[in-house]
Amino acid sequence: MKKVQFKSNYSQYFFLAPQLLILLIFLYWPIIQTFKDAFTMQDAFGFGSQFAGFDNFLFIFSDPSYFTAFKFTIIYSFVITLITGSIGLLLAVQANKVMHGKSAYKTLLIWPYAIAPAVVGVMANYFFSERYGLLHHLFNNLWGFNWYENVFDAYIYVIIAGSWKQISANFIFFLAGLQAIQKTVIEASIIDCKSNIRRFWTITFPLLMPTTFFLIIINITYAFFDTFGIIDTTTIGAPGSETKTLVYKAYIDGFKGLDLGSAGAQSIMMMIIVLVITIFQFRYIEGKIHYN
Amino acid sequence: MIKYISSTINHLILSIGLIVMVIPIWIIFASSTHSSLFINTNGLQFFLGDNFIENYSRVLFKQSGFFNEITALKMFFNSFVMATGIATLSVITSLMAAYGLVYFKVKYATIIFWLIFITLLVPLELRIMPSYIVMSKLNLVNTFAGLILPISASAIATFFFRQFYKSIPDELLEAAKLDGTNSWRFFIDFLMPLSKTMIAAVFIFMFVFGYNQYLWPLIMTTSEQYWTVVMGLKTMYGSISDRFAFVIMSMIPPVIIIIFLQKLFIQGIFQNK
Repeated sequence: MKKVQFKSNYSQYFFLAPQLLILLIFLYWPIIQTFKDAFTMQDAFGFGSQFAGFDNFLFIFSDPSYFTAFKFTIIYSFVITLITGSIGLLLAVQANKVMHGKSAYKTLLIWPYAIAPAVVGVMANYFFSERYGLLHHLFNNLWGFNWYENVFDAYIYVIIAGSWKQISANFIFFLAGLQAIQKTVIEASIIDCKSNIRRFWTITFPLLMPTTFFLIIINITYAFFDTFGIIDTTTIGAPGSETKTLVYKAYIDGFKGLDLGSAGAQSIMMMIIVLVITIFQFRYIEGKIHYN
Repeated sequence: MIKYISSTINHLILSIGLIVMVIPIWIIFASSTHSSLFINTNGLQFFLGDNFIENYSRVLFKQSGFFNEITALKMFFNSFVMATGIATLSVITSLMAAYGLVYFKVKYATIIFWLIFITLLVPLELRIMPSYIVMSKLNLVNTFAGLILPISASAIATFFFRQFYKSIPDELLEAAKLDGTNSWRFFIDFLMPLSKTMIAAVFIFMFVFGYNQYLWPLIMTTSEQYWTVVMGLKTMYGSISDRFAFVIMSMIPPVIIIIFLQKLFIQGIFQNK
């Protein structure tokens, strides 16, 4: 907040009103509805509903497919974060070093970032189709690729589809982070330390820590929520429900299965997970990292 | 000599990166310029064919969808209306809300602050089913308002603008106050011109965000008349080269925005920090 402020009786409410109104109708109302759903049980034909306490939560915890989705979401976020982070960093370091063609590299590496996840999924579909797919043929020749039946193969499919565009995001942020490091720091470090690789890990990388942690959060959020479009256009959760993310499962149970109670309880579980990640981000990461 | 080798290695790694990022799109593009018959017999293509104009104009103007009611051109129109609506509405409401939060003494300021920013924890994906029920109660299914409003109900842009306002020195307001400027004039004459770049960056960010929406349009549009490009991709039927052409066209608007407004966009997403 500013030290100097306006004192007014009504103006501030005029400025705040439009956003608050939209949030109340289109965000708080559905959220309240979510909580209502989560604590009520509807009978199978939709005739009546009654207060159910924590039954919906007990139901999802006793459901093995919920744990499958949980396991997959964790693995998926971890692998995507690792792959896209390291490739993004590698490319950003190279792009920051080269003298010629820097902006051409930058432009060409950045633009997949703009493509919608669902579009990426549809593209991945072609590369993994039995009929045309180049990657399908490649993996099939290597070990007999079949994502319809083999969980590991399905993982490879959604991980490649999910990572591709996110490499761009990591590249953009790492490059911006590298360019923000002051030239004098780098010049001084060249005098002290001749080895390029050692200098990178002892000077440059620690200075990139804020960017790295920011990207970890971005990548996890991406893997949790934005990959919906990718899963829905590639494996649709197959084989079985081995590649359903938590968000995808909640959608399927709510919309296709019409089980509002279970979908509501799953949404609340997701809200708790997001809350934990956010608290972790603020308390742990923001506190331990020194900027500049 | 060592310098020369290391620079070659740099370029080599970057070229591999380029191959991974660009070749998939190129293959889909090259394949989209061949006839479906050719693709079906010969697989994905690396070199351009000569059906470019034929395929693309067929996709743009041909009626498609389940009931043959919509053309790709109409889907692009819908996507543009949706994305522009989302970007405009969130820029205006967020700009105002951030101003109210930063520059005023507000009663219950902490409550209002949390009321706005806690919403960052609840993305649309988490409230999709109840949102649909609310929208159908309000009779907003199959309308542009239904596509736009719930996605504009987000505090991301407010967060950007709040950070930006906080970076403006207090002296500006002090000086303006000495001149007897009231809160409205200060907002319009002082802050708006200062925020121009920021407004443009947030607008672009929200436009791409809105254009790329997939799940919400999928749920909100039972009538083909409101289909958008990104959701239409999965549901659209057609020959294989038609679908390739549609995939390529669907990525053109956001990619052009990113390429030409790179600096602005990066600045925009960087405020996210």
